[in-house]
Amino acid sequence: MLELSGIHSGYGQTTILQDVSLTVTEGEVVTIVGANGAGKTTTLRTISGLLKPSAGTIRFDGKDITKLSSHETVELGITMIPEGRQLFPDMTVRENLLMGAYRKGAQASQSQLMDEVLALFPRVEERLEQKANSLSGGEQQMVAIARGLMAKPRLLMFDEPSLGLAPIIVSQVFDVIDSIVKTGATVLIVEQNVFHTLKAADRGYVLENGEVVLTDDADALLENPHVRKAYLGI
Amino acid sequence: MDVFLQVVVNGLLLGGLFAITSVGLTLIFGIVKVVNFAHGEFLMIGMYATFLISTKLGLHPYAAVAAVVPLLFVLGMLTQKLLIEPLMSARNHDIQIFATVGLSTALINLALLLFGADIATTPAYGLRTAIEIGPIRMLVGQIVMFGVATALVIGLHFFLQRTRSGRGIRAVAQNRAAAQLMGINVSRVYMITFGLGAACVGLAACLVAPLYPTSPGIGTYFVLTAFVVVVLGGLGSIGGAFLGAMIIGLIDSLSGFYIGSDMREVAVFGVFLLILILRPQGLFGGRLKLSHVS
Ligand SMILES: Nc1ncnc2c1ncn2[C@@H]1O[C@H](COP(=O)(O)OP(=O)(O)O)[C@@H](O)[C@H]1O
Ligand SMILES: [Mg+2]
Repeated sequence: MLELSGIHSGYGQTTILQDVSLTVTEGEVVTIVGANGAGKTTTLRTISGLLKPSAGTIRFDGKDITKLSSHETVELGITMIPEGRQLFPDMTVRENLLMGAYRKGAQASQSQLMDEVLALFPRVEERLEQKANSLSGGEQQMVAIARGLMAKPRLLMFDEPSLGLAPIIVSQVFDVIDSIVKTGATVLIVEQNVFHTLKAADRGYVLENGEVVLTDDADALLENPHVRKAYLGI
Repeated sequence: MDVFLQVVVNGLLLGGLFAITSVGLTLIFGIVKVVNFAHGEFLMIGMYATFLISTKLGLHPYAAVAAVVPLLFVLGMLTQKLLIEPLMSARNHDIQIFATVGLSTALINLALLLFGADIATTPAYGLRTAIEIGPIRMLVGQIVMFGVATALVIGLHFFLQRTRSGRGIRAVAQNRAAAQLMGINVSRVYMITFGLGAACVGLAACLVAPLYPTSPGIGTYFVLTAFVVVVLGGLGSIGGAFLGAMIIGLIDSLSGFYIGSDMREVAVFGVFLLILILRPQGLFGGRLKLSHVS
């Protein structure tokens, strides 16, 4: 479904990603593992079109989307739940969710999507008329995920959904992600909680200094000595 | 008592003028986050266009709305696309200020070239006639302006709060990066918003032209108060700017009558400075953001 080949990308003159290639097949859960600053967020931004690669191609459903802007990739069904929630602070939770369904492909089924999404997030439903900036960090993360689902995504990309949350909240976030995975969604996830993520994923890529140094099935990566030492602290 | 009532009504009518000339500025500042120093010159262009349409075609100045509003909409979109957008990636906002100041100067000189320094008087078609309601005298054109200003503010509020496009515009103002991830074409929203802001001042121009003489410097005359209104309203709040306009109108009118007409600007800017010292976020900033645009 998604195919990156030989991607070089970065900010201005600074190249961060060096020759990154990766694929995500429909229905698969793929994770990118890497240290802080390895280029995980940069990879997701490049896929969504917020950053334009300086070399390489990105294909989605076989179609070349390398040069598309983010509003165009969103329209194709590529949805990113960004690092740090990034809600619309002065809007209510309901309005934030409606913004998720802003894209043409989701608009028509907006109210049906709202019902489906709220069924997954009973806590969010209680907060519908509250301003987003009045929520706790954990609640905001739930809204950010719910807003992502409102886009009726074909490929859902998570960027560090558990970052900065209390341990109890982290496990709630993972419960939600697990239940999304169970629906058969296609997911590309970046997460500092490598152990849990590899458990949930089918395959993984290890990114170091902007380069893919290792890729394998998630089970194999869990057993890999380098991964165990560098990312699982075992 | 009657005199006091008349002075208050005059102040509110003046507030209508300040509101309609500043709504576009507020909209652009609240969403695109650009201070458009050429705002006054957009008004001036609209007034000349109204003058030309009503004198050359013999039309009522209000009929010029049909041409002036679209003209200013396009002018605003072009300003954003050709002048502001190329400078947006330049993280330095001073450059945008220089750009709009430059545009303002260029437009004033263009008007001097085309129309000379003399004033142009748009036919009034009875809009400068006073009508009397009880003891109160009001100009027809002022009443219309007040009504249109109120309707425009309510209309914009409704558009921003209740429509899908309005929600998209607010999203861009509140979190640009997230708005992009929702599939919004941010540079298009900026262009349309700049166009809408300019269109508002185009509408203002058609209402102002029959009441005030047009000259190349007229924009500078009006825009100073418009800036005061925008800051007072809380920088980007449309409802706040409307109330700010009414307050400035009242101060102007009351001080002009009770202190002396040459003291009006002193009073207006004195109160403005006082409020800035006591409430730097503006009178209604953060508290009464009717449109929550910033
Ligand atoms: N907006 C930016 N401008 C310039 N450099 C950036 C920017 N964002 C991130 N970087 C740099 O790019 C590198 C990779 O960052 P990132 O993709 O955010 O890493 P990760 O998500 O894996 O922690 C880092 O060295 C970081 O400093
Ligand atoms: Mg990151």
